[in-house]
Amino acid sequence: MAADSTATTQTDERIKQESLFTRLMKRPELGAIAGVILVTVFFLFTADPAMFSLAGFMNFMSPAAQLGILAIGAALLMVGGEFDLSLGSMVAFAGLFFGACVVTFGIPLLFAIPLTLLFAALVGNLNGQIVLRTGLPSFIVTLAFLFILRGLSLVGLKWATDGSTQLRGVREAVEGDWLAPIFSGEAFPGLFVMLAEAGLIDTFKNGTPKVQGIPVEILWFVVIALIANYVLTRTPYGNWIFASGGDANAASNSGVPVRRVKLSLFMITACCAAMVAIITVLDSGSTDARRGFQKEFEAIIAAVIGGCLLTGGYGSALGAFFGAIIFGMVLIGLTYTDIDQDWYLVFLGGMLLIAVVFNNLIRKRVTGER
Amino acid sequence: MNSRTEHAPIIHMDNIEKHFGNVIALAGVSFDVSPGECHCLLGDNGAGKSTFIKTMSGVHKPTKGSIMFEGREMHFDSPRDSMEAGIATVYQDLAMIPLMSVTRNFFMGREPTKGSGPFKRFDTETANAITMEQMKKMGINLRAPDQAVGTLSGGERQTVAIARAVYFGAKVLILDEPTSALGVRQTSNVLATIDRVRKDGIGVVFITHNVRHAMAVGDRFTVLNRGKTLGTAQRGQITPDELQDLMAGGQELAQLEGSLGGTV
Ligand SMILES: Nc1ncnc2c1ncn2[C@@H]1O[C@H](COP(=O)(O)OP(=O)(O)OP(=O)(O)O)[C@@H](O)[C@H]1O
Ligand SMILES: [Mg+2]
Repeated sequence: MAADSTATTQTDERIKQESLFTRLMKRPELGAIAGVILVTVFFLFTADPAMFSLAGFMNFMSPAAQLGILAIGAALLMVGGEFDLSLGSMVAFAGLFFGACVVTFGIPLLFAIPLTLLFAALVGNLNGQIVLRTGLPSFIVTLAFLFILRGLSLVGLKWATDGSTQLRGVREAVEGDWLAPIFSGEAFPGLFVMLAEAGLIDTFKNGTPKVQGIPVEILWFVVIALIANYVLTRTPYGNWIFASGGDANAASNSGVPVRRVKLSLFMITACCAAMVAIITVLDSGSTDARRGFQKEFEAIIAAVIGGCLLTGGYGSALGAFFGAIIFGMVLIGLTYTDIDQDWYLVFLGGMLLIAVVFNNLIRKRVTGER
Repeated sequence: MNSRTEHAPIIHMDNIEKHFGNVIALAGVSFDVSPGECHCLLGDNGAGKSTFIKTMSGVHKPTKGSIMFEGREMHFDSPRDSMEAGIATVYQDLAMIPLMSVTRNFFMGREPTKGSGPFKRFDTETANAITMEQMKKMGINLRAPDQAVGTLSGGERQTVAIARAVYFGAKVLILDEPTSALGVRQTSNVLATIDRVRKDGIGVVFITHNVRHAMAVGDRFTVLNRGKTLGTAQRGQITPDELQDLMAGGQELAQLEGSLGGTV
């Protein structure tokens, strides 16, 4: 009977032993994992093998990580039943705030980073307050903020730079700041030098490793995904997120503080955008008003590929993690092939369509509707 | 006369009014429940029963009137407040989330945790075990606690809501038409459960359209009509027929009954 000892304490003659397949089908992140496998297989056949070298891996994981941090925030918010279309503009706006903190006001990172996150949280809070107080769909409220924040970023940049839309000099300003390596550059350089010396990874002729470390955004991406997944599936707060998105009224009647949950999710999502802003601004040493352009759509698409339902109440942070990796693989992978880069857009739309149809089927299965 | 009603009421609603815009759903309803008592709330569709119990459970704020809980005036700002005071409710629409598992629904808003600090987490094993056990008590053997509520039958779903309220209803248990979708066995199980929790000293508010069910467990009966109380009767002071007539405006029902051959 060992095979029968599933989670159920006692067996019921009316339930067939669930096959591994049906159990897997019920996991929201399944689609995204299948997608990663498919895309990997596709590029194994079509792309230069360099894509799957260590350097190639870091190459596609970097953009995946930048998108993924946004996608995880978007996924949590979507599970909670709301959207944030201002996510991309928020990257530019938070980037401007951060850049101004560091360059214009010369604030050290120790304060500039928390200040930027706090600032983003306040904007997220404003988004949430308006949505909750007016009862309007978050789709339309945050669409307004998509334009407002983008516009403010342009105006603010011109103000900070006397007319330019790019703020430079971040790298010089944070030179020597002990916090900089945690938010920019590559982590574990020592380890990679050791690996190179041991002959385990590729090196240049002079002996320095071709990959000097793990880009920090990848580490942040993984850490944020793990935390988000833990919170969503393992904590009471996670249960409240599912409940708030599943049916806000029922959740509230059952004692879930729905407003607080949704407000906090808007703030978390904005903080994810600020995180991406901090990392990318430090990385490039400058900020400009086009940062994060259209990233809100890519983030939502990654979340949907990751199993989030547009109607809320269902989804997964791990799914968004894999969804973002698919994006990175295709975006960068195409450069390793002879295929025209612009297929990327076709792929994006196609993937979204397949994911939505697939998720719809899954939802019907889970809820037992036909 | 009845030893149960000698207790001071655990919750006393005084002259509650509730307006929705220009709709007057409740026009001054007074009502109380004592520990160990089952107080039935009856009335026609749209009489205001659900609206009334929702003011009791913190969903609606009364437009006028006061709520005394254990002798003190209370203002419930949310259902969470009333729950913390020990009031649990089975809503007419059940307040269940179809996409979530039975266990997650059962403990929604009141999740048991283990660990501490940042590692304080939802104790799924305990939650699953309690859910299975409580459902069994109500006469339903769940297939699996991680089954989505959306896949349950209407009656099973109702039973989850009842089991949940019974489990969390420390002082007052409010049931809004809890037996409307239940089979014979589950219905008698619910009635027996009402009797059991009442004996434990919990005050029960029981809304039903079924006079036999009301008569089976009720200590007092209050009939609402168009947002007002028609009156309250003690058990033994009223016959089922009188109650039936009161509930639906006597005459009309008598006529209907004639035309249907006395089957209502
Ligand atoms: N949120 C609301 N907005 C406007 N009117 C409402 C609202 N809730 C209830 N009402 C009105 O208040 C009246 C009482 O409704 P309520 O749901 O309390 O009736 P009920 O006695 O529970 O009926 P039933 O037996 O059908 O459940 C109805 O006329 C209803 O239309
Ligand atoms: Mg009702």
